Formats: sequence, structure tokens, C-alpha cells
Amino acid sequence: MTQFPDGYFNYLLRLGDNALILGQRLSKWCGHGPVLEQDIALTNIALDLVGQARSVLAYAGEIEGRGRSEDDLAYFRNAQEFYNVLLVEQPNEHWGHTIVRQFLFDAFHYYLLQELTHSQDAQLKAMAEKSLKEVTYHLRFSSEWMIRLGDGTDLSHQKMQDAINELWMYSGELCTPDALDTAMLEADLGANLQRIKPLYDSKVAEVLREATLSTPAQTWMQQGGKQGRHTEYLDYILAEMQQVQRAMPGLNW
Amino acid sequence: MTNQDWPLWEVFIRAKNGLDHKHVGSLHAADAQMAIENARDVYTRRSEGVSIWVVESKYITASSPDQKDSLFDPADDKVYRHPTFYHLPDEVKHI
Repeated sequence: MTQFPDGYFNYLLRLGDNALILGQRLSKWCGHGPVLEQDIALTNIALDLVGQARSVLAYAGEIEGRGRSEDDLAYFRNAQEFYNVLLVEQPNEHWGHTIVRQFLFDAFHYYLLQELTHSQDAQLKAMAEKSLKEVTYHLRFSSEWMIRLGDGTDLSHQKMQDAINELWMYSGELCTPDALDTAMLEADLGANLQRIKPLYDSKVAEVLREATLSTPAQTWMQQGGKQGRHTEYLDYILAEMQQVQRAMPGLNW
Repeated sequence: MTNQDWPLWEVFIRAKNGLDHKHVGSLHAADAQMAIENARDVYTRRSEGVSIWVVESKYITASSPDQKDSLFDPADDKVYRHPTFYHLPDEVKHI
């Protein structure tokens, strides 16, 4: 196997964990969507994300070379060993809140995957190309709902504005590169977050404008998820997601 | 937000190029755009199609079941409308 630089394993975990944790969050909507059609739509997105997480984590396990499978990585790591961004672990709250979280992530995810289709790692490149098709639809879906609800009734508008105000502080981390991002970019493996930043900002601004929502004022941006420092929510997500495998390791059904 | 607020749409899916769009079911949506997206999520999850048509159910004019006798029964005793009186050579297949 080609030699990959130190840290590539962690970099892959970031990608896999984003998809896994958001997929897990969205799965909670299954059976609880506001109407049947949206219930199915959101569950489809959850399944896409879990599927993406599986292939990335399985590959990360290979790169690590210690024989850990996708399941080992998903079910037997603790919160501080997860490297997803803080945004994806935020609670579902109401439908509009979930949509805002989804949109803020989808826009990032879309440009991130576009960048990764230029990775020198053929395997990562192939996974990014496959996921990009799914995420193009995710972004279309969440943008559409941003606009419908933002530019809907007074009440829906207010709820969307509150949600974006609340979630905004988790959007800064997405396009802010740290040492690992920079190292992976220099190795021609990872994405150029500085190139994504203006694209992301203008996409978000465009949809917010059409949704008649105002961009929140400059605020302190939370960060730390990519380094394994999480909000209080991740432990609860993991407790639920991992409890069966922790209680009965290796259980199949 | 309830389904009652949203009109009903009929969904037609073309399974592959060259075939007709076939009626597959109906769903609720606020407008045509949402109907297409809902149809994609509800009816094409298992690669059922390459194209979707949606039409609001209220725009479909249907024949009345009461008229079944006058509309369809007269065709029953007109066997000569079926091409069953031709002898086909065995070599001809797929007829």
C-alpha cells in the first residue's frame, strides 16, 4: 500500500465522523417527520450519510493498519476520539431547526467533496465523487426548505431566524483550517478550506437572501470538534448509538 | 402543517428511456417543485425511474364507474376488432 503521512487516519475520521453523527441525528426523525413525504426524504438523507460514513471509516481502518473495522471505529471510540464538527452533533429541536443545521452543513459538505475529488488518493477521490451526487441533492433539498420556511409565514420565518441565530456560531469551524488540514492539503490529499470559504459564504448568503432571513451578526465562533473537544451532546448520541455493541460486543442481527 | 393543507398530486414514473410514464401513486405537496422532490424520495428510492411527471389530482378528469356498462360493455361482443383471425407462421415470434 502507498505510504500516507501521519495524521491521514485522523483526517479520514473527521470526514467519516461528520457523516456518521449527522446520519445518527437525522435517523431520529424516522417516523416523526411533519408529513410522510418529508419523513422519507430526511430518512433517505440519513441513510446516504450513514452509507458514506461506512465507506470512509472502513477505509480509515485500513489506513490505520491495526485491524479495526468500520464497526470498531463507530462503536468503540469515546467522544474525545471523535473528530466531527460541532455543528452536526447539535440537537434536532424542531423541523426548521433541523433544516438550518442541515443546510449549513450541506453547503460545506458539497464544496468539501468537490475539493476532495481532486485528491491524489484515488480511493478518497472515488468516494468523494460518489458522495457528491448524493450531497448535491441534500443541498438542493435543504436549500428549498430554507426558502419555503424562511419566506413562509411570520411564525415560520421567526422560527428559522431564531434557529440560524442559534446555530451560526457552529458554522465558523467548518472552513477554518487547522494544522492537520494544512498538512493534508500540502500532501495533495485533503481539501483546501480557504478556497471553500468564499464559495460557502456566498452560497449561504444567497439562500438566506432568498429565504428573506438575515445573516447573523459577527459572533464568537465555537470550535474544537475537529480536535476531539465536543459539546455536551456528543456523549448522549454515542451512548445511544453504541450501547448495544458495548453491552454485547460483536453482536450481529 | 398538515397534509390537509397540501393538494394531492398523481405521480408518473418512466422506468427507462423508451418506455411510457406509468402511474405509480399519489402524494401530498405544496407545489409542483415539492411534488417532484417528494416523488423522488417516495417512489424512486430503489432506482425505479429515470423521469418523473406530477400532475395535481384535481386536473385529472376520470370516467364514472356508473357508465361502465355503456362505455365498455359494447366492445365485449365485437371479437372482430381483435386481430385473432390471422394465421401466423410459426417463425414469427413476439406477437
